[in-house]
Amino acid sequence: MKKVIMSGNEAIARGAYEAGCHIASAYPGTPSTEILENFAKYEGVYAEWAPNEKVAFEVASGAAIGGARTLTTMKHVGLNVAADPLFTMAYEGVNGGFVVVTADDPGMHSSQNEQDNRYYAPHAKVAMVEPSDSQECLDYMKEAYEISEKFDTLILFRVTTRVCHSKSAVELGERKSVAVRPYEKNTKKYIMIPAHSKPKHYEVEERLEALRQYSNITPLNRIEMGNTKIGIITSGISYQYSKEVFGDNASYLKIGMSYPLPDEMIREFATKVEILYIIEENEPYLETKIKAMGIDCIGKEIIPICDELNPDILRKAILGEVNTITYTTDVQAPSRPPVLCPGCPHRGIFYHVSKYKDIIASGDIGCYTLGMAEPLNVTDVITCMGASISAGTGIERANMVANRNDKKVFAFIGDSTFFHSGITGLINTVYNNTPIVTCILDNRITGMTGHQENPGTGKTLMGTPSPMIDIEKLVLACGIKAENIRVVDPYKLEETKQAVKEAHDSTEPFVIITKQPCALIKDVLKARAGIKCVIDQEKCKKCKTCLKTGCPALTFRDGVVSIDSSMCNGCGLCKQVCPFKAIEKVGE
Amino acid sequence: MLDSKSVLFVGVGGQGTILASKILTEGLLKSGYDVKMSEVHGMAQRGGSVTTQVRFGEKVYSPLIEKGKVDVIVSFEKSEAARYLSYLKKDGYIVVNDYEIHPVPVLIGKEKYPENVNERLTDVAHNIVVINAAEIAGNLGNIKAQNVVLLGALIKVLKLESINWEAVISSIVPPKAIEINKRAFKAGNDSKVE
Repeated sequence: MKKVIMSGNEAIARGAYEAGCHIASAYPGTPSTEILENFAKYEGVYAEWAPNEKVAFEVASGAAIGGARTLTTMKHVGLNVAADPLFTMAYEGVNGGFVVVTADDPGMHSSQNEQDNRYYAPHAKVAMVEPSDSQECLDYMKEAYEISEKFDTLILFRVTTRVCHSKSAVELGERKSVAVRPYEKNTKKYIMIPAHSKPKHYEVEERLEALRQYSNITPLNRIEMGNTKIGIITSGISYQYSKEVFGDNASYLKIGMSYPLPDEMIREFATKVEILYIIEENEPYLETKIKAMGIDCIGKEIIPICDELNPDILRKAILGEVNTITYTTDVQAPSRPPVLCPGCPHRGIFYHVSKYKDIIASGDIGCYTLGMAEPLNVTDVITCMGASISAGTGIERANMVANRNDKKVFAFIGDSTFFHSGITGLINTVYNNTPIVTCILDNRITGMTGHQENPGTGKTLMGTPSPMIDIEKLVLACGIKAENIRVVDPYKLEETKQAVKEAHDSTEPFVIITKQPCALIKDVLKARAGIKCVIDQEKCKKCKTCLKTGCPALTFRDGVVSIDSSMCNGCGLCKQVCPFKAIEKVGE
Repeated sequence: MLDSKSVLFVGVGGQGTILASKILTEGLLKSGYDVKMSEVHGMAQRGGSVTTQVRFGEKVYSPLIEKGKVDVIVSFEKSEAARYLSYLKKDGYIVVNDYEIHPVPVLIGKEKYPENVNERLTDVAHNIVVINAAEIAGNLGNIKAQNVVLLGALIKVLKLESINWEAVISSIVPPKAIEINKRAFKAGNDSKVE
């Protein structure tokens, strides 16, 4: 068969396709996003972006009940959003096979926390599988659908950043032709009222016992005997790091089905080795269970809980070896915190809000998180998707209770995040009449994860045209008064400044909508190709006002301010802030 | 086959490290090597420091490279090589793009961009290839092709010229960009490596 190189995410998509999966629904989130993007490209499947993970999970649940093989994917924190249907779908079971991918982010490359979603499996009482490279992503996905239908359970398919975004060779197979199973009304299975849920819970416990027995015989869990002085129980990417460091100088129990755990296999393996190590990233998920079985082993005593693992860490922790570092230098590379891109339409409103020192800014998850960065320094608080408006409301309520009226609360949220879980927060500000300012930064796309369509884009994941949700009308329908809404072009600084001032002075729930598509959208790049800002060095007084916009296309080197033409897209912000009219826009 | 080799691409988000490593991994796979590559998406892409790691050999397990074990560091931005120098193994090579990108902390005067980077790196690591990939690519018609110029130089350092890289490039980049990327590769591959 043909060997190709694939990322874990591409291989998961391929595995779902080969397994005959019919339907997929997801919300983008690093490191999971590319799974749906790739799945959608295959013939004969349906794939959609949903407004959030709960909706995606429920669409997939319904599709599974309807008899289709279904997939939903999300980043680790997305599963928190979808936890409600997860726990009850665990009772209902499936009709068509149902796989839920949770993509965790040890090391927090692009996340707000380092939660270990393996704990969701025992908590929700569903089976869990964990691949360790791209080939396993494909193979385990096919196996997951078989387990799902055989045992009438959804499968938690747990991957991590280094599995999702590492590439390795994959042998492809053919798509299995799977018919959508017939749907039959079965209220005892699919209506979870107490009278049905009580017997269901007993069934769930019986199912887990059957799965435990299966876990002890499935090839997903395997023993690889080498030197028996060191025994290692591991799963996921940690298996690859372990093999790299110990090779044949250790024996391995490689766990691919990590809930329920293969308890008999673990006991058997433990008797065959002298010292048993449990190697896993983040929490002691395996270790706690194995120690509770009364088995002597070493884990988090020497393997760190925080941050991702790598071969260096294992080598040092277990062998006490440190690699020789031959070269060092006193050249100090400058720090490179992520910043808003050149020409980013979010910059304009943050620039103006940054002028006010009496604002508390409640931020959200997306590119505009970077409103916190130097030199804008606007944002005060960021927690999770959709929290900007609701947390801002709470801050304002605290201000009111404490009779503090020296700070105005602004919330900042992007279009996609507003659709995700900001709308309910806005309704709450109106319902309870909390006078905060909500800034909806509408760039028509889900930006940070790399340009996924959303309900405001006008197009679906599969490329079909769809109605664009009109955010202004939506805000009006939520009950914000028409006189308290401003719609501005954030590239027009005067207009934006005026809106910010009026919002700052308002005494009722107020909304600013900034409308300008992401500067990196292909059509935008094309339309603006050749448009640049340039500095007339004779007029430039080196006052550096333009640098305060924080645009990375601007440079100040050897006493000269200039604009990198390969980065500039002519948004014109620097031109508008220049007090000496030294900046010109060319190429229009 | 030899022991596995490791290449570390370092640069600034948006410089095209991912495409360069993609061409490399495709070519290696087609030539029968086991290959693993690891990259990071998301937040770091927004002007942050980015790395892509490629490992190849008869059998590769970890996609992540250990410190002191990198055969070649390809630095898309001058100062980034310094940040990752501890990964270079004894007698390993550095291919460095003679190109500076000043991050915001430097622009607003909170930090200083280091001086004489190339000279100071050459003082400690003797196998260093400095190449003005941005200028070469710019002369060819698109500064963005600097990534493939650097790839050309890397292939020379790795002595992997027997692989048909032009065919690999043609299978990966969009049709419009094939010609310039082939020329960029050749320009990089023609650079002087000692």
